[in-house]
Amino acid sequence: MTSSLTEPGVLDLAPAVDRAAARRFAQTHVAPLAGRFDQNGRVPQETLDRIGAAGLWAPFLPVEYGGQGASMLTVGHVHEEVGRACSSVRSLLTVHGMVSWAVLRFGSTEQRRRWLPRLAEGTVLGAFCLSEPGAGSDAANLTARATRGARGWIVDGVKKWITGGQRADLFLVFARTGGGIGAFLVPRDAPGVTVTPIHGMLGTRGSMLAEITFDGAQTGPDALVGPDGFAAGMVMTGVLDLGRYSVAAGSVGILQACLDACARYTTQREVSSGPLRDLQLIQAKVSDMVTDTRAARLLYEEAGRLKDRGDAGTLMATWVAKYFASVAAARHAAEAVQIHGAAGCSPGHPVERLYRDAKVMEIIEGSNEIQRITIAADAYRETAHG
Amino acid sequence: MSDHDTTTIAAFIHQRYPQVEFAHDQDIFSLGFVNSLFAMELVMFVEKTFGFTVPNEELRIDNFRTIDSIAGLVGRQTASV
Repeated sequence: MTSSLTEPGVLDLAPAVDRAAARRFAQTHVAPLAGRFDQNGRVPQETLDRIGAAGLWAPFLPVEYGGQGASMLTVGHVHEEVGRACSSVRSLLTVHGMVSWAVLRFGSTEQRRRWLPRLAEGTVLGAFCLSEPGAGSDAANLTARATRGARGWIVDGVKKWITGGQRADLFLVFARTGGGIGAFLVPRDAPGVTVTPIHGMLGTRGSMLAEITFDGAQTGPDALVGPDGFAAGMVMTGVLDLGRYSVAAGSVGILQACLDACARYTTQREVSSGPLRDLQLIQAKVSDMVTDTRAARLLYEEAGRLKDRGDAGTLMATWVAKYFASVAAARHAAEAVQIHGAAGCSPGHPVERLYRDAKVMEIIEGSNEIQRITIAADAYRETAHG
Repeated sequence: MSDHDTTTIAAFIHQRYPQVEFAHDQDIFSLGFVNSLFAMELVMFVEKTFGFTVPNEELRIDNFRTIDSIAGLVGRQTASV
C-alpha cells in the first residue's frame, strides 16, 4: 500500500466492511491461496496489503483513526469468513486486532495518534507477546521484566509462539515491573529485539510464528499502555477476551469450511450404492456438523452483541463461545477427514489443513482446560462462598 | 456519591456473589475469590451503568476495592462530565 489514510478522500474509497464483503474478499483473495500459505509457512506481503486495502485489519477502529467504526458483531463475521478461508490469515487478524484494541482503549492520546492510523491501514502490523517458554495460559508465571531507565523502559525476556512475530512491526509485550505487570509497545526495530522464526508447527503454519528475544530492549518513556498493576490486568483481560472472541468466530469458519467440503465431496464421491451422501452414517455426521456450526455461530454472535452494548456478560459469553466452537471445530474437522478417507489424509488436501488448524484452536488464547475451569468457576460463583 | 449509585453498585456485586454479605467499606479483593475476570466485569459494569469510560489514571485497584470507593469514582467522573 502506498496510500495513506491521512490523505484527503482515501477514507471515501474504503469499502464498507460486512459479512458479505468479507466473504467475497476471503473467497477471492485468501481461500485459493490458503494451501500455499500453509505449505510455505507464510502469508505474502501482497495478501497483507490486500487485507489493508479491504479495510479488514481492525475495522472496529473509529473513523477518526482510519478505521470504519464497525461493530464487534461485524468483526466476528469478518473473522469467521476469513477463518473459513484460512486460519493462518485469521490468526494474523486476531493478534493485530488485539494490539489495536489495546491502544484504542488504554493508550494515551499520543499513542493513539502515533499508532492507530497505521494499524488501521495495516502499514504497521501488531503482534501480542504474552506466552513464554514456561508460561502459556498461566500468565501468573511471566518472567519477562521491564525496568525504567534514563531514556525510557528497558525490556528483558523471551516470548515464544508469537503469532505474526516474523512479520509484525509492533509488539505488545507483557512484562513484570516494580508495580506488578505492565503492557508495553515495543517496535520491532527497537535496539535489543531479536526475531527468530518458528517453523513446522502442527497448524496455522502460515501465521509466521516467532520467538522474540528482548535483550535490554530499549523503548521510549511512553511505551507503557495504561498504568502498570491493576490497569495492566485490565489490558490483558480485555485483549485476551477479544482474542478468544476472534478464535471462536474463526473456529466457526473452520466448521463451515468442513461442512462445505463434506457436502461437496459426499455429493461427488460414488460408492457401490450411489453417492456417499445417501449413506445414513454420512448424513448423521453432516447433520451434527450443521447443528454445531449454527450453535457455535449463535454463541459468538451473542458475545459480540454483548460487547457492542458494553455488557459485562460478554466476558463469560466469550469464554463459552470459544470453548464450544473450538471443541466443535476439532471434532468435526476430524470427521471431515474421516469422510474424505485417504484423500483427506493427503498432504495439501484442504480438510487435512483444517484438521491441523482446528486442533490449535483448542489451545490458543487460553487452553480449553483453562476455559473449563473458568466456566465451571462461574457456575459455582453463586453458591461456593456461602 | 449518591445513595442510589451505592445501591446500584452493591446490587451488581450481590448479583454476582449472592451468598456473601458485603459491607460498603469492605475490601472485596481481600476476600480471596475475586479474580481478574470479575475485576474486568466490574469496570465494564461501571462504564455501562454510569455512562463514562474509566480514564487510565483512575484504573487503580483502590478505586475498586469497596462499594464506597467505586461510588466515589462514579461521583468524581459523573461530576466532571
